[in-house]
Amino acid sequence: MKEKTTTAAEQDMNNHEAEVTGAEALLKSLIEEGVDTIFGYPGGAIMPVYDKLLDYGDRLRHILTRHEQGAAHAAQAYAMVTGRPGVCFATSGPGATNLVTGIANAFLDSVPVVFITAQVTSVLIGTDAFQETDILGISMPVTKWNAQVKKAADIPDAIARAFYIARSGRPGPVLVDISKDAQVENLRYSYRKCTYIRSYNPVIPLHMRDIESAAVMINHAEKPLILAGHGVILSGAAEELKALAEKGGIPVAVTLLGLPSFPQKHRLFAGMLGMHGNYASNMLTNQADLIIAVGMRFDDRVTGNLKKYAPDARIIHIEIDKAEINKNVRVDLEINNDAREALKALLPLVREKSLEKWIREFRILDRVEYEKVIRPETEPDEGDIRMGEVVKTVSDLTDGDAVIVTDVGQHQMAVARYYRFSEKSTLVTSGGMGTMGFGLPASLGAASGSPGKPVVAFIGDGGFQMTLQELGTIMQYQIPVKILLLNNNFLGMVRQWQEMFFNGRYASTEMANPDFVVLAGAYGINARRVTRREELGQAVGAMLAAKGPFLMEVAISREANILPMVEPGASVSEVTLTYR
Amino acid sequence: MKQEYTISLFTEDHIGILSRITLILTRRQINIESITASESAVKGVQMLTMVVTTTPDMVNKVARQIEKLVDVIKVFVHTSPEIICQEIALFKVTSRGLMSGSMIGDLVRKHHARILEVTPEYIVVEKSGNKAEITDLLAILEPCGVLQFVRSGRIAVTRQVKELNAYLKEMEEAERGRPEKLEVYN
Ligand SMILES: Cc1ncc(C[n+]2csc(CCOP(=O)(O)OP(=O)(O)O)c2C)c(N)n1
Repeated sequence: MKEKTTTAAEQDMNNHEAEVTGAEALLKSLIEEGVDTIFGYPGGAIMPVYDKLLDYGDRLRHILTRHEQGAAHAAQAYAMVTGRPGVCFATSGPGATNLVTGIANAFLDSVPVVFITAQVTSVLIGTDAFQETDILGISMPVTKWNAQVKKAADIPDAIARAFYIARSGRPGPVLVDISKDAQVENLRYSYRKCTYIRSYNPVIPLHMRDIESAAVMINHAEKPLILAGHGVILSGAAEELKALAEKGGIPVAVTLLGLPSFPQKHRLFAGMLGMHGNYASNMLTNQADLIIAVGMRFDDRVTGNLKKYAPDARIIHIEIDKAEINKNVRVDLEINNDAREALKALLPLVREKSLEKWIREFRILDRVEYEKVIRPETEPDEGDIRMGEVVKTVSDLTDGDAVIVTDVGQHQMAVARYYRFSEKSTLVTSGGMGTMGFGLPASLGAASGSPGKPVVAFIGDGGFQMTLQELGTIMQYQIPVKILLLNNNFLGMVRQWQEMFFNGRYASTEMANPDFVVLAGAYGINARRVTRREELGQAVGAMLAAKGPFLMEVAISREANILPMVEPGASVSEVTLTYR
Repeated sequence: MKQEYTISLFTEDHIGILSRITLILTRRQINIESITASESAVKGVQMLTMVVTTTPDMVNKVARQIEKLVDVIKVFVHTSPEIICQEIALFKVTSRGLMSGSMIGDLVRKHHARILEVTPEYIVVEKSGNKAEITDLLAILEPCGVLQFVRSGRIAVTRQVKELNAYLKEMEEAERGRPEKLEVYN
């Protein structure tokens, strides 16, 4: 074993043009791109790559998940915490199709992941050979780009393109399908990073005239509102955003994926937008006279009823993806650029201003929301434990300095609402797709990419059981994730809709659950169940202090609702604050 | 209001690009009324011409989504006045039907059609023109007994002066003008 690794390393240093197999060229190319971790699952067609992986163990860590979907989510989470593309391997046929949910999830949330799938030997492609599936066709609508490689000599270039496309412009997942014969053939290996594709121009020059118009609009606005999305984080524009907000005195509302783009303790923080967003940010969207949308795409969960959206506002849209501009909302000024570049150019042209009267309107509504919703949710003194108070406890004890992962459902919205995100926080959640089962595999990917940082995954009892086999991965690699299982014995979010919109008819949402503590125990993971409010603070503290992985199950009020809510079809200014 | 648009687009000559384009139209339930693929004046660049009927708002949305595809170089959306377009049609007509009267002469003189092949059983007629001209000719030939009829997709050139080459040059210049390759995701 030891001998083998040194041989590979030596070879790599000594002659760059050495003859290697396609499989080895793939691994060398990944190393050239700065990859150190791969999530994946082996199978027949990809065995030559796995075989070579043994020789490269000193430079490429492979994490064997328990399902390809898990590998895909883990690779996405790894990308979200490191800022570098995630990498995921799967074999042909069922291995490849098991990735699809994970690819689509990364696509909708613009996260760069390079998926490598193996394909049957090239002469068999198209013949319905054993474990052949048309993964190029299947993944086409959910990848930014994909390609098939049938010759070893084409592998380095395909990988170079894949990385360039995945991480530039609006990032996204790409897939390279490599036939088995291409993996075993030899090639003369050399690597050139891709920096240019004729038909693809990810860096768009600024039009100063538009930036100037934007500044004029901002300087004249009396009730401006910034909407910050994931694009702010992807382009590394949080600093610029803060500078702009402070200079212009402009309140900043955020989308779900944009949550960590602006510190919540800041006086200009206006709250989260959308269906379960904050009262003030939603209500005042419809009073704003100017909306400055940065790196967000006016998703329907954010806008509510489009016909009654921001009727008094002119809209400036700063967005790197031109196809997102004027897609859902008609805008008055389009700035089709990278968020950071645009904000940097805009800043010197914006006048210093303070809009105290406008800011006060937010504070008044914040107060209402606090009294009616936030306090009863986060500081109840009787009844069953509520999700909000669990999230608040974690928030207080980590003070924003953590990687927060969620699954999908009520608990996700509780985290979004009650965790106090700051510059130090990272949020890993499934926004566009809302993929249940994302949380647990994402948490192990996130922890693999952020050693030394606490990683806390909030997961519902429903979503946990979609991908719970990843406890095996957590066990095998002793990944120190803290799993907070918020158990209401219901598919909570669906139950809430049944209560509110289907006359309380609970069709197939109640869950009979296993003993989760025993289950974790079977994987050798320390676990504990919390049922009383008094234990909560101490239990969360102990969990955070625990060395390795830990699962804490909290018995949650069975039929609690997430509020406020902009009900489906309602306008963002028609907010339901209380129910029942 | 829905109207007819000609979408002309230039792509790299890569496998799968046509599927990606049609997926975008299919998702929006836009029917492709005709499609033609060919090489363009620039080596290695494919040209696609599609005809769709939809609203101005929708055609712009899908054009942007198509242009966003990595292998698509440039997309143009045109209404009829902005382009010069032709289709070509072939008619296989029974000789008996066509030989009667002055039909054959009319075809060539009045309709600017061409006779490609004559046999005792059938005659093959070729006609290029716009959609309406071809439809009209079909109606005229119908009584003579049309055995087969086929028409090509629309091909079009634009009246605008700026050509693809100029766009390609601009793109390459923009590329060279960049200080250093930015990795936007960081
Ligand atoms: C894969 C998948 N299937 C179904 C849904 C629909 N869905 C959204 S939330 C939800 C309930 C989630 O329940 P649970 O995981 O217990 O979390 P809770 O809402 O109770 O916090 C369901 C079924 C989904 N988002 N993803």
